[in-house]
Amino acid sequence: MASTHKVSFKLNGKGVEVMVEPRELLIHTLREKLAHTGPHIGCETSHCGACTVDVDGLSVKSCTVLTVQCDGAEMLTVEGLEQGGVLHALQQAFHEEHGLQCGYCTPGMLTRAYRLLKENPNPTEQEIRYGIAGNLCRCTGYQNIVKAVQSAAKKLAAAQTATA
Amino acid sequence: MGDLSELQEREQKLQGMGTSLLRKEDAKFIRGQGNYVDDIKLPGMLFGALVRSPYAHARIKSIDKTKALAAPGVVAVLTADDLKPVNLHWMPTLGGDVQAVLADKKVCFQMQEVAMVLASDRYAAADGAALVEVDYEELPAIVDPKKSMAADAPIIREDIADKKEVGHGPRTHPNHIFTWEAGDKASADAAFASAAVTVREEILNPRVHPCPLETCGCVASFNKATGYLTVYMTTQAPHLVRTVLAMLSGVAESKIRVVGGDIGGGFGNKVPVYPGYVVAIVASIVTGVPVKWIESRIENISTTGFARDYHGVGELAADKDGRIKALRFTALADHGAFNSHVSATKLPAGLFSICTGSYAIPSAYCRVDAVYTNKAPGGVAYRCSLRVTEAVYLIERMIDVLALKLGIDKAEIRRRNFVKAEQFPYTTAFGWTLDSGAYHAALDKVLKAVDYEGLRREQAAKRADPNSPTLMGIGLATFTEIVGAGPTKVCDILGIGLFDSCEIRVHPTGGVIARLGTMTQGQGHATTYAQIIATELGLPASDIVVEEGDTDKAPYGAGTWGSRSTPVSGAATAQAARKIKDKAKKIAAHLLEVAEGDLEWEIDRFKVKGNPSQAKTMKEICMVSHTSNIPAGMEQGLNAVSYYDPPNMTFPFGAYLCVVDIDKYTGEVMVRRFYALDDCGTRINPMVIEGQIHGGLTEAFAVAMGQQIPFDENGNHLGNSLMDYFLPTAMETPHWETDHTVTPCPHHPIGAKGVAESPHVGGIPCFSNAVIDAFAHLGVRHMDMPHSAYRVWQQCNALGINKR
Repeated sequence: MASTHKVSFKLNGKGVEVMVEPRELLIHTLREKLAHTGPHIGCETSHCGACTVDVDGLSVKSCTVLTVQCDGAEMLTVEGLEQGGVLHALQQAFHEEHGLQCGYCTPGMLTRAYRLLKENPNPTEQEIRYGIAGNLCRCTGYQNIVKAVQSAAKKLAAAQTATA
Repeated sequence: MGDLSELQEREQKLQGMGTSLLRKEDAKFIRGQGNYVDDIKLPGMLFGALVRSPYAHARIKSIDKTKALAAPGVVAVLTADDLKPVNLHWMPTLGGDVQAVLADKKVCFQMQEVAMVLASDRYAAADGAALVEVDYEELPAIVDPKKSMAADAPIIREDIADKKEVGHGPRTHPNHIFTWEAGDKASADAAFASAAVTVREEILNPRVHPCPLETCGCVASFNKATGYLTVYMTTQAPHLVRTVLAMLSGVAESKIRVVGGDIGGGFGNKVPVYPGYVVAIVASIVTGVPVKWIESRIENISTTGFARDYHGVGELAADKDGRIKALRFTALADHGAFNSHVSATKLPAGLFSICTGSYAIPSAYCRVDAVYTNKAPGGVAYRCSLRVTEAVYLIERMIDVLALKLGIDKAEIRRRNFVKAEQFPYTTAFGWTLDSGAYHAALDKVLKAVDYEGLRREQAAKRADPNSPTLMGIGLATFTEIVGAGPTKVCDILGIGLFDSCEIRVHPTGGVIARLGTMTQGQGHATTYAQIIATELGLPASDIVVEEGDTDKAPYGAGTWGSRSTPVSGAATAQAARKIKDKAKKIAAHLLEVAEGDLEWEIDRFKVKGNPSQAKTMKEICMVSHTSNIPAGMEQGLNAVSYYDPPNMTFPFGAYLCVVDIDKYTGEVMVRRFYALDDCGTRINPMVIEGQIHGGLTEAFAVAMGQQIPFDENGNHLGNSLMDYFLPTAMETPHWETDHTVTPCPHHPIGAKGVAESPHVGGIPCFSNAVIDAFAHLGVRHMDMPHSAYRVWQQCNALGINKR
């Protein structure tokens, strides 16, 4: 058996510690050792984006990141979007705009859209399409996902103005 | 009578049919709380990894497990020899053939399953799989189906070489599977001989793959003490799968529980029983612990459930005005190494004979020859009913070819040939009775919405301009689908009729649980079935829970594929609800001390005619039905089950129009506009329907513009990862414009037809027709899919129009 390493990082605000082989991929650690099955496996070649998580402020495809690379990282998965029992504006918008069908791409899509709106709080349709092009969806044809991201952006901006 | 606003308020509370009720299933998915098969983790569970063949055709000389068994974490290695004692090294297919579960002495396609390594986790299993040493003797492979039946062709299936038939009539060659014919050849031939004009074109539906985002997989768990087998799997047809597993394994069907949890898309890929499932089950029986097997993406595209691979020849005969007199369509079908094409027993080429489309064609003949090649088995229906995309593609392409030959506008030639609204129900030359339609109205609405005449004028101007950097194409598709399999007299799989079911239990306070034989994969069943019940029973959709997929709970049904959920189970739902409503009416009459005939239904209650203050709401009746205050002799409760055998298929239709601009120098096709009008009869949830249409159009775009599974001459896959296989991103995917007309289905309890496959079936020919229309003035009659930039550029280059 290969040697194992202790890796610590923050997952959705909580510190976690896990023993992994150097070759273990982050998606497998999250799903099989840390019981975070929100991120999914669709291709294991970083094309589909179903495994997208947020690591240190970047959207990352967790099927092509080694867990040992994440020591000390701040990580956000779909499970961390809802805060204090309140859905994130994106989660609410995906529901209201029918931005999901089978739900398999949804966790990755939401996590990616979350980072996209941090990078660009007021994206155009084309910027949204470009911004989520690393996340494949086979069900929706993306049109309602784009609408959902637009709707969430508006609500987040309004909330921002209200608190400013 | 209540005032209008009060009635509206009561109606709105129900959130029944016709409202865009937001989906009940979203709550878990947006929180990452879906429960897909790979999320399941059982105590002591082993992970199975398959060892697969690197060759398309080879003899297995030996398999050495020694090194694999010595690897850390590896528990066992199973090969065909290990499955033989339980007689599970071969299995029946849904196409009447048999298929090797693990290769028995030879492999017949690249990536065929040879052995399974069982280990403590997926890494150890993969390590073990890499250490299994298989000694192969390579054999010549057949890749081109046109060469399968050559006299000197290598025999692919030695196991059945001597068999005179494999489920579907006489064979003429060891690589021949079946020949199927329909229609009247003599009358079609006569019409062709005397026709003013005939056209002929070779048209390919290339081999593609449905490629749902979640791959196939299962967790098998056999309990040695009780003899119960539980299989969690990602399947579109849990009940059929359980029946197949009972037939295979000898475990009583009552002791097998198949659980389809959340399904990450199916699109036809998740109907069959695959070798991986069977090996995982045997492995669990042998080891006594649960075994998980999950495909990788490359395994998924390479081995499970490809679609199409139909090499067609279309012929039409017409008069000089373009009125079609006869049709002759043939296809050579490449079924790969085993005939595991999902098909109804009596319909080996599925519903291919819907190929007369939306047109009144007096005489027709079709024929399909199916052959073996050294490619993966399958032939599933990719977001369509069995072989319907192939059929509709042929007719929608051929009518354009005919229009071009006669110089008739492509919309006009369709109008001239449409079945007229007053002709329904209309029986086609192949014997299908089209239930309802309004084809002229649908087409006219689309043409008006897009200013068709204006688009043709713009196109003419562009064609006249030699300096135009782009070609403009306008594509039409006016398709008729055939969905909702189906009448049990015509449709069965393994002898089981394709009826479907719904069981409804109404509880004292009005909460409802409905269980069905179908299986949602994103279509929103939990929402739409609840809406049917809400309207039928006058109870709010919010309190109606829909359950599917667990064979221990749900009544028997054939599952969700071929757009059959609404046409078959939707009908069963309405019928079961009506049984309950009939009983509720008796209780209401009893409570109000009137005759049943004195009552009328209003939204959520029975009222006494002429005395509207006297009424009993459904909610009140729910409670009373559980008390002693019910008519004498009546049993308590408000429960019903319905098994619905549809009297006919349903025939949704649509009119689509696509405008493309093609860069002459790069071959890149830009979709400027796509306008899709669908008619699926009564609309249950407009939001869900629109979502299904967006998705179906996107999958049509994928097939028409980029999908294809290529092989080299040795049968090696040349594109089985998402690096090579085209799944459109948000960037390539066009913006969709949707529209609808409503022509209810006359034989369905709520007038509904299927819808989710129409956009795929109608969309593919619409894209092709648009791309080819761009070249029509240059004498191009046909170009095979996919219309990738490189292939379109090749056409530009051949015509010499790519030079500045």
